[in-house]
Amino acid sequence: MSLLSRLSKGVGLFLLGTLAGQIACAAPAERVVSVGGSVTEIVYALGEGHRLVARDSTSSYPAEAEALPNIGYARALSPEGVLSVSPDLIIASAGAGPVETLDVLKQADIAYAEVPEVYSPAGVITKIETVAAALGAEDKAKALLGDIAPDLETAHAEAQARAGEAPVRVLFVLSTQGGRIMAGGRNTAADGIIRLSGGINAIDAFEGYKPMTDEAVSATAPDVILAMDRGGDHGVAMEQLASLPALIPTPAAQNGRLVRMDGQSLLGFGPRTADTIRTLSEAFYEAHAK
Amino acid sequence: MRLAAEATTQNRGQAQGRSTGAPVDRRHQARRLTLALVALLLVTSVSSLTFGAAGTSVWSAIGNLIAGRELSQLDRIILFDIRLPRLCLGILVGAALAVSGAVMQGLFRNPLADPGIVGVSAGAGLAAITAIVLGSMLPVSLRDTLGNGLVPVAAFFGGWGSTLILYRTATRGGQTSVATMLLAGIALGALAGALSGILVYMADDNQLRDLTFWGMGSLAGATWTKVLAALPVIALALCAAPFLARGLNGLALGEAAAGHIGIPVQRVKNIAIMAVAGATGAAVAVSGGIGFIGIVVPHLLRLATGPDHHPLLPNAALLGATLLLAADMIARVIIAPAELPIGIVTAVLGAPVFLWILLKRRAGLGL
Repeated sequence: MSLLSRLSKGVGLFLLGTLAGQIACAAPAERVVSVGGSVTEIVYALGEGHRLVARDSTSSYPAEAEALPNIGYARALSPEGVLSVSPDLIIASAGAGPVETLDVLKQADIAYAEVPEVYSPAGVITKIETVAAALGAEDKAKALLGDIAPDLETAHAEAQARAGEAPVRVLFVLSTQGGRIMAGGRNTAADGIIRLSGGINAIDAFEGYKPMTDEAVSATAPDVILAMDRGGDHGVAMEQLASLPALIPTPAAQNGRLVRMDGQSLLGFGPRTADTIRTLSEAFYEAHAK
Repeated sequence: MRLAAEATTQNRGQAQGRSTGAPVDRRHQARRLTLALVALLLVTSVSSLTFGAAGTSVWSAIGNLIAGRELSQLDRIILFDIRLPRLCLGILVGAALAVSGAVMQGLFRNPLADPGIVGVSAGAGLAAITAIVLGSMLPVSLRDTLGNGLVPVAAFFGGWGSTLILYRTATRGGQTSVATMLLAGIALGALAGALSGILVYMADDNQLRDLTFWGMGSLAGATWTKVLAALPVIALALCAAPFLARGLNGLALGEAAAGHIGIPVQRVKNIAIMAVAGATGAAVAVSGGIGFIGIVVPHLLRLATGPDHHPLLPNAALLGATLLLAADMIARVIIAPAELPIGIVTAVLGAPVFLWILLKRRAGLGL
């Protein structure tokens, strides 16, 4: 297909509302770029992965996605890089940018759908609906949500039941650069997944991810420490984390309660979130189960 | 300070040594170099319009135009809205950084001087970080007026503001002490760095990532608006070059000697400082942090044509522009369709070259 005919097809696509990301499709987009790990996951879960021509650097799941050209980091996209894969539709997580790049893409009449990030079951459903609407795959979304929506509810309810009256306090550790702990506060994906899995975020004092002093970390006295699994030797990494001075005095380190999980399934809020809730809930309350 | 003192003796030695040599030969050599650099810049500019992540090339576009075919909308956008403003911005920023470096080194009589040292870049950076982190607190009406220009405008005024503070600190009774200014610049840079640190702590996750990328510099966000914003300031600074060349040559003899041979020392210093503040502020504002151009380019040229600022300043503009365009091409092609921040490329290319120059100079001067 020539560039011109592809473009003329693209002209048929109109972006109705960027926030809602609703698109009226004259013809379905053939060359789709997905930006954001969970957006890519959803495109594949909808069975529309074959329409993708490129993805951003945060899209590492499923494995097929990694074979696609990488257009770079979601917040620092270059306009020519995106245009070079001649997309007719871009589906991106909220916060993709910069604005200059988005302006050029709009000028090139490339349809753009923004997918909101809300860290709740309703947020997952909205994301799936938004991506499906952009792809014109509403029927497939209905089928997928038929499985996912009740599954999320069940997983959440089970986690709540398991937590009962005494929910565990969970500290999310994003990174430990130079021995300093960067922890997850309110309004983060980590906070959202901890709550859904029946835990309490040990940090209530601030929003977002922030570095904390050792004393402040110790004072949060978490029962469980949650971290991302960056691959490599599992056991050693766990020991390293538990031997940080700030964590040694915490109940979590004393009892060896460290939970690690692949970052994308942990914080992605996508099709796998129900499974994530189940795994985390089991890990949080394994002592009770025994 | 020992370095500064050594450098002063070196420069003086060179200036005197060369003036007794063969000035006519040097002038010819410099003129040949200028012509070569103009040609090189032209070649790099055309390449910069030819290579990129997208397959579009300026040649096929020209071919189409000659054949009377219309350009496709995509080609038009890639050539005229992405590559051409990027080319113009690269030339402006590269020239501004290299000339600022050359002027600073002349003014401080220190081959290690760079706009980074007198805190101009740090001040501009602090203002930019403030805009990124606290921009959302501004009244909506002001934010709407400035729009995407908020960060660049802030960086520009940050550069100017820090230069003004610096200048006030170092000037007593109409006399600017270059040594005080150098020291004050280091202090100001440290303060700006610390204040930036506080803001980094306040920043949320997304802002932190923006800060990281901004600090590495990029021409990817080039727009005609940015080109038009940077053009008058940088052009004005470059226009001061002929006057500065004579003044800086004189200053190489030391301030007192320069005064005796009729150089308006104070005026030269004033203009040099304004030019550097304007050019650096504007460059940082539109492209973020791009290092090593300002320090490497003047050194390379001094190796070729000696310390005379008459050929040095215009040649620095040409070579700075060429090198930045080349670095930008590498940045956008090497991992296409993704793109490297250009500051990484200039550092990877610039740092070894700088080291090589130091070693070479060291041997040549018997240090």
